[in-house]
Parts: sequence; structure tokens; C-alpha cells
Amino acid sequence: MSAGYNFAYLDEQTKRMIRRAILKAVAIPGYQVPFAGREMPLPYGWGTGGIQVTASVIGPEDTLKVIDQGADDTTNAVSIRKFFARTAGVRTTTRTTEASIIQTRHRIPETPLKAGQIIVFQVPIPEPLRWLEPREVLTRRMHALGDYGAMHLKLYEDIAHFGRITTAYDYPTLVNARYLMAPSPIPRLDNPKLDRSAALQLFGAGREKRIYALPPHTTVKSLDFEDHPFRVEGWSQPCARCGTRDSYLDEIVIDDRGGRRFVCSDTDYCDGRLAAEARPS
Amino acid sequence: MSETPLLRVQGLTKRFGQRVACLDIDFELWPGEVLGIVGESGSGKTTLLRCIAGQLHVSVGEILFAAHDDIADLAAIGEGERRRRVGHDLGFVHQNPRDGLRLAVSAGANIAEPLMNAGMRHYGSLRRIAADWLARVEIDPTRIDDNPHHFSGGMQQRLQIARNLVTSPRLVLMDEPTGGLDVSVQARLLDLIRQLAADLGLAVLLVTHDLGVARLLAHRLMVMQEGRIVEAGLTDQVLDDPHEAYTQLLVSSVLQL
Repeated sequence: MSAGYNFAYLDEQTKRMIRRAILKAVAIPGYQVPFAGREMPLPYGWGTGGIQVTASVIGPEDTLKVIDQGADDTTNAVSIRKFFARTAGVRTTTRTTEASIIQTRHRIPETPLKAGQIIVFQVPIPEPLRWLEPREVLTRRMHALGDYGAMHLKLYEDIAHFGRITTAYDYPTLVNARYLMAPSPIPRLDNPKLDRSAALQLFGAGREKRIYALPPHTTVKSLDFEDHPFRVEGWSQPCARCGTRDSYLDEIVIDDRGGRRFVCSDTDYCDGRLAAEARPS
Repeated sequence: MSETPLLRVQGLTKRFGQRVACLDIDFELWPGEVLGIVGESGSGKTTLLRCIAGQLHVSVGEILFAAHDDIADLAAIGEGERRRRVGHDLGFVHQNPRDGLRLAVSAGANIAEPLMNAGMRHYGSLRRIAADWLARVEIDPTRIDDNPHHFSGGMQQRLQIARNLVTSPRLVLMDEPTGGLDVSVQARLLDLIRQLAADLGLAVLLVTHDLGVARLLAHRLMVMQEGRIVEAGLTDQVLDDPHEAYTQLLVSSVLQL
């Protein structure tokens, strides 16, 4: 643990302030709580919101996993993991089952989360109504009045122009039948994992300075039409490494002659399946 | 006509600081009636309309609207309560269709939005109703997926009217609905408004500075000057036999062709 910094980098007063925001967010699921976001030693858009939330909830006994687009070995994930290893001296892991806190960008792990785990999402745009209404005053009023009918416009337009809902990520959800929530840019396939999850789910937006949360077992419904129900995406082929058909797959170009293959974006899940196969039964 | 007025405005005054925009306005509007408000620019017509629409807070006075089974004072209730009690019973047609439409989404979505706000979640029905309303306002239903941005001014205004009428309101406030349109387009739009109002039994509060429009559409007329109603009566009576000096001036300044 490096000397000269407080535990987990942030000073205690800041952590208290963020914890108060988190408590309020947990008390009102899906409601965006403003907080006094601090400058962090990484650029906006790299997870400044998530890192502040993690710093405020992490303790010396925790085990941290950080993923970026499902992978544990990408630059962003590696730097944030190292950051907490240095400033908080916590154990880190790449195994979903071993982690007590998982900070993530753009994915939810394929392995179902358990009670007691905390997942922290990095959020670029916390306001799901922003594309519809640029004025913060008005979006707040829309939330207050539950005025969400216009949100279906985007889905209507998708069906009118393409015959199906094409919104593939950051798919809008209604939390606890009250607040409209941006699930952060996770793929549509991950939306059902938000619903009634046993884990505590926290969302931090650093640039926009908002925190929101889903306490365990909160209902999260993806918006849809009665005659065009919400559906997750599928692939024509299984993962080229582990052969699963129900995980989110990344398309990887492997040569310059149009060759490509599809592999799990969740590296831990894919490795776990391969290891289980290799093990003699 | 029914026993109670749909809308009763009593002692409505709106001040902007020291300046008085509307002073002690009283009138009643009955179901199925088209009431015109005429007067020159700055006489308080649009301010009055915006007070009734809830876009401005009233300084003094009552705006009693006959909601479903009780009477709501629109001047006293907040926006949440207003939505709950008045809901989609009240529409607003802006002078500039770009203020009342979403130009970034298709024509069909513009008509479907109020229905989605009201809780309709069936794409097929939304689509059918949108196509039906496009036909009713004389827009080719094959343009349902076109962006209103590419429509002409007259088409945009007809689309705005469809968007307002799709939830079957009982009262529609119109602020210079034919402003900025050329004369032949105006004439068709006026025919359309008159026909829809009669078919649907709509009450319309129509603000205009065009006496021709008022003559064609309005059953009754109120003349406003400097925030006050100076004369009111049946349209033909007010226009053919104006009593107030100001009304006489207004009527005589219309060009006779």
C-alpha cells in the first residue's frame, strides 16, 4: 500500500459525502442523486464516477474485480485494479465468484451475482431522457411527474423504420415501477440480469456527478410494446473458445481477408468453462 | 348545450412586474362552442391563452374547468394535479407548428406520442390510429414515417392539430393557428378546423388577429385591448355592428377587396 494517500485515495469527508448520496440512492431506487464529484487521477470517461463509488464502499477485507467490456485484462480494468491494490491494499481477483466488489464498464458478468456482492457501474450519461430533452430542469420535472410516455418514441421509431427495436445498449428501464433509469451502456442482453438481482447495484457518473442504485431484488423492467415485447439479442454461432450459446459474444476480426470469429466478452466466464472441461470428471 | 360551462374564467389578472398583461378577465365557454379572441398585437390575447394552458401562473383570479366529475381551478392546482384531473381534456395548438411538434421524430410518432403518454403500449394500434388521423387532416398516410421537418408549413400545422385531437380533448386552445400560412392554405385549414370541431363537438378558444378567420370559425367573439375585454357578443353582431370605438377602428381597418 503506497504511503502518503488516505485509504482508497479519497479523504474520509469525501467518502462520507458519497456514502450519504449512496444511501439516498438505495432508499429511492433508480433516482439520480447529485453528489460533489471529485477530480480523480484519471480522465472523465474512464470511470471517474465508478472509481469514487468503489473508493467509498471498499474496506480492507474486500476482494475487488474490475472489468471493462467484460474483460479483466484491458487497460482500463488493469489500471483501476492496480489503483486500488496500491491505495487500499485490497486483494484483487478476476473470478466473479470470489469478488465482493465488482467495478464494471459496459457489462454485467455472465455468472449470476450472489447476495452480499456489490457491482459498481461506470456511467457516461445517467439521464435516460437526455436525448429527448436537453434541459435538466425539464428532465427533473418529467421524473417528478413520471412523464415517461415520450420515452417510447425511440422504440416506436425503431419499429417504424426497421421493423424491430434496434436499441442495442443503454436500453431504457423502469425501476420499481417508478423511475426511468439508464442502465449504463450495457448490452440489451444484460438488462434481464438487473432485474431482481441478489447483489447491490450502484451506478456512478463522474462527469455528470450523479449516483443511483438498485437495492437487491428490485424489479427492473425494460420498456417495450405489448405487440413488440423486449427480447435479448442472439448470435448465429456459439463462442469459438468455450462453445456457449447464452453469453454475450464479441466479434473479432482475425485476418485481413474478412475472417472473423465470435468469442465471449466475459473472459472469466469463458476461461471458467474451458477449465471445467479440461478438468477430469 | 349542457347546463354548466366547460370553462369559466373569473377575475383573471396577469401581471409581469408592474406591467399588466390581462386585467379582470371574465368569460364562459360552453361545450361545442368556438369562442374567438381578437385584438391587436400586445393586447394580452396570447398571455390569456397561456394562463389557461398552465404555461403561466395567474396573478389573481380563477380558471374553472369542468373536469370529469368535478370542477378544477386551473389557476390554483399544480402541474401534477393538473395532469391527474384534466389529463388530455385540454389541447394547445401553437401558432408555430415547430413549437408544438417534435421535428426529430416521424409524423406517426408525433401523433402517437400523446397516446403513449396516456399509457397506450400497443404498437399496432398506435400505428393504425396515427394513419387514420393523418388521413383525417388530409396528409397522405404513406408519409407516416417521414419527418415533419420535410413537411410544408400547412402540413406541419395540420399535423399539429392531429397530434392535439388524437386524445379526444374537450377543449382546444388555438393561438393564431393560421398565422404565417398563405391564403389558400389558410382557407383549407379553416375548413378542416371547422369540420373537426363540429364532428367532435369540440370547444375551441381561438386567438387571432385576423378578423376573417374569426368571422369564419367563431360563434362568439371577444375583443381585447390593453389587457381588457372591451366588447363581447355574437361574431356577426360584433363585426357588423361594433359598439366600442376600438372595435369600430379594428373592423374598419380590414382591407375590403
